[in-house]
Amino acid sequence: MSHPCVVTLDSRSAPRVLFSGDQLVEVDLPTGTRVLYAKPPLEPLKDVDAAIRYAINHPYNSEPLYAKLRPGMKVTIAVDDISLPLPPMKRPDIRERVLTIVLDLLSDYGVDDVEIIIATSVHRRMKDWEVRHIVGDRIFNAYWPKKLYNHDAENLANMKHIGTTDVGEEVELNKRAVDSDLVIYVNLNLVPMDGGHKSVSVGLCGYRSLRAHHNPRVMRDCYSYMDPKSSALHTSVERMGRLANKKLNVFTIETTINNRMFDRPLEFLARNEDDLSAGEKSALRALRFTLSKVPQPARQAIFQRVPSPYGVTGVFAGETEAVHEHTLKRSFDQYLVPVTGQADILITGIPYISPYNVNSFLNPLLVQVMANGYMFNLYRGAPMLKKGGTMIILHPCTDLFDNEHHAPYIEFVHRLLPETRDAMELHKRYEKKFSENPAYIEMYRFGHAYHPTHPFFMWYWGEAGRQHIGRMIVVGADNEYIPQLLGWETARTMDEALRMAKQSAPPTPEIMALHSPPIFMADMTA
Amino acid sequence: MPASYFDVDGTLVTTNLVHPTVFYMLNQPTPMHSLAKLGRALVKAPWMAMAELQDRRLFNELLFSSFDGVSEDRLVALAEEAFAKVLKPAIYGKARDLVKCSLDKGHEVVLISGALDFLMQRLAEHLGATGIIANRLEVKDGFATGKLLRPVVAGPEKARLIREHAHARGHDLDECFAYSDSYSDVPMLSVVGYPAAVNPDRKLKLLAQAYHWPILHLAA
Repeated sequence: MSHPCVVTLDSRSAPRVLFSGDQLVEVDLPTGTRVLYAKPPLEPLKDVDAAIRYAINHPYNSEPLYAKLRPGMKVTIAVDDISLPLPPMKRPDIRERVLTIVLDLLSDYGVDDVEIIIATSVHRRMKDWEVRHIVGDRIFNAYWPKKLYNHDAENLANMKHIGTTDVGEEVELNKRAVDSDLVIYVNLNLVPMDGGHKSVSVGLCGYRSLRAHHNPRVMRDCYSYMDPKSSALHTSVERMGRLANKKLNVFTIETTINNRMFDRPLEFLARNEDDLSAGEKSALRALRFTLSKVPQPARQAIFQRVPSPYGVTGVFAGETEAVHEHTLKRSFDQYLVPVTGQADILITGIPYISPYNVNSFLNPLLVQVMANGYMFNLYRGAPMLKKGGTMIILHPCTDLFDNEHHAPYIEFVHRLLPETRDAMELHKRYEKKFSENPAYIEMYRFGHAYHPTHPFFMWYWGEAGRQHIGRMIVVGADNEYIPQLLGWETARTMDEALRMAKQSAPPTPEIMALHSPPIFMADMTA
Repeated sequence: MPASYFDVDGTLVTTNLVHPTVFYMLNQPTPMHSLAKLGRALVKAPWMAMAELQDRRLFNELLFSSFDGVSEDRLVALAEEAFAKVLKPAIYGKARDLVKCSLDKGHEVVLISGALDFLMQRLAEHLGATGIIANRLEVKDGFATGKLLRPVVAGPEKARLIREHAHARGHDLDECFAYSDSYSDVPMLSVVGYPAAVNPDRKLKLLAQAYHWPILHLAA
């Protein structure tokens, strides 16, 4: 018998409602289609502050945090950036709660040389109000901007090379962290891909280190990104992280949250359409109607300006690997839905948000990363789609970019992709050139743009999916040009897409649809 | 090796051509000379304002006519002070980073400006730029005539001068960068492969957004 989160449609099933960017689209899927839903949110911790205190006083494989402290020592606290969680968390953000307790403890022990670094790696610099959202007013007012700031991977004078792994990966990290007596990493773990060694060795590194694993060769060898044990990316990151932990005194604090993305008025979006009450059905219709009538910026505001009421489900502290083992377990408890049997056709909506467009627009390159990268990789074990199968996605693929945040993406999509979609070729011919573009570097360092190499990483992020997926069909694209650039076919309706997909599928294809968000992962048995 | 061409006024410094010119006028041999220079400049001001709207080259020629009769010695002697008092404090902090980054990436860095060469030379040395393309005053018998030597560096002429410079230095223009704050520099921005708008005026900002040129804010 299948898991309750795997719903097989029959002739009486209601149409499914899937995201297509910031619109909700109703689709009639064939009888026999298996629709995967997220598990209900795990019960949150009742007393989060107590859990934080307990975790740092009873750490895994490490002495308690207080025992590591001595007056006059130099401490750096690194914090995950706003790319997590999605959408941003209602205040107080769990990072604020952890920081508050840790900073009080540091103060009690006479540690006053403390700096807080937002571990952005090559992500865009967070704006002051975004930092305030994460750390809270009290910490922001006390530390910003001198002692609370964004990591700058292009301030080469502020990066320190600490060594090379036995397979030649160079580890270069933020100098302040390297020179500190203690580094405390405050993580917020949204999906199993995050956290662990990835926190310090990616969050505080620069391009010189990132290129060791953010390249098409490594990305092709990930099965999947969401299962660290089967991901070449994580294997590389772990090697680098272990080296970093040998040189640095790292105390890791990881937190997990449940999947309560939608607050009460929109909670029904996570549920099986067959189980909605009459009132919820009306609310869904009203929401769909509103979204179809209001302009795009208003739709974006409806979803992005409303923070999510996530509940904290775990706080773990101590030595990085020991901590992350517990984090992963809790994360999998929330996300894994057991599924047996791969699909010939995999259907998914692409929502309006990704880790790389918080407070901006999901541009075409990010649509690609959501489809080939994130949605495809939401599995453990075997991929949800059979090798060479067809993936159908819903998204308008609008040719729109945020000039401020995604400046280098525009050139990547409009100047490079018309030349080639081959990730190896792009890596070889263009990546270095982009990495040395002074205008983009300036925009990354002093504006709020992603690093010039980031669009390449986004393309590589889709590499495992591209190698596996036979055809990608996009439903509802508002133009033909972008799907063509991305190597995708287009269909006007889901029926048309299914007809197209069936042409290259077995006579009675297995069809699977992902009802996400909220996030979940398929624990797949082929 | 690519080259990076930087407009100066409004792009790398907050000042414009008028500021150093006024400095020179105020530093004539006697206060009477200074007053006379300023008076003549004020008379020409409406014409300059009209010229600025019509043709940047004409504006430059009218403005620099104020140097008529200034000795070459004085031009050079005051250049250091004009740079230290007018230009140097006006350099955007982030402009230094951008120039340094370009140099670090192996670019030849060229300042291209309608300002006068003896001032631009000092700015280039200060920023580490490797070359300048700037206006030059005509000097006869040791005194400036108030005329500019050809070619006058302004507007579309900048584009031609960049092409010429790149050709002479063996740079592939498709690989070169150009930075400016002004819509009047669109020709110069358009000849390189990597144009960028810096602290752009409204018209340039709209154009940069339409063409997806990077927009930098060195003043922020």
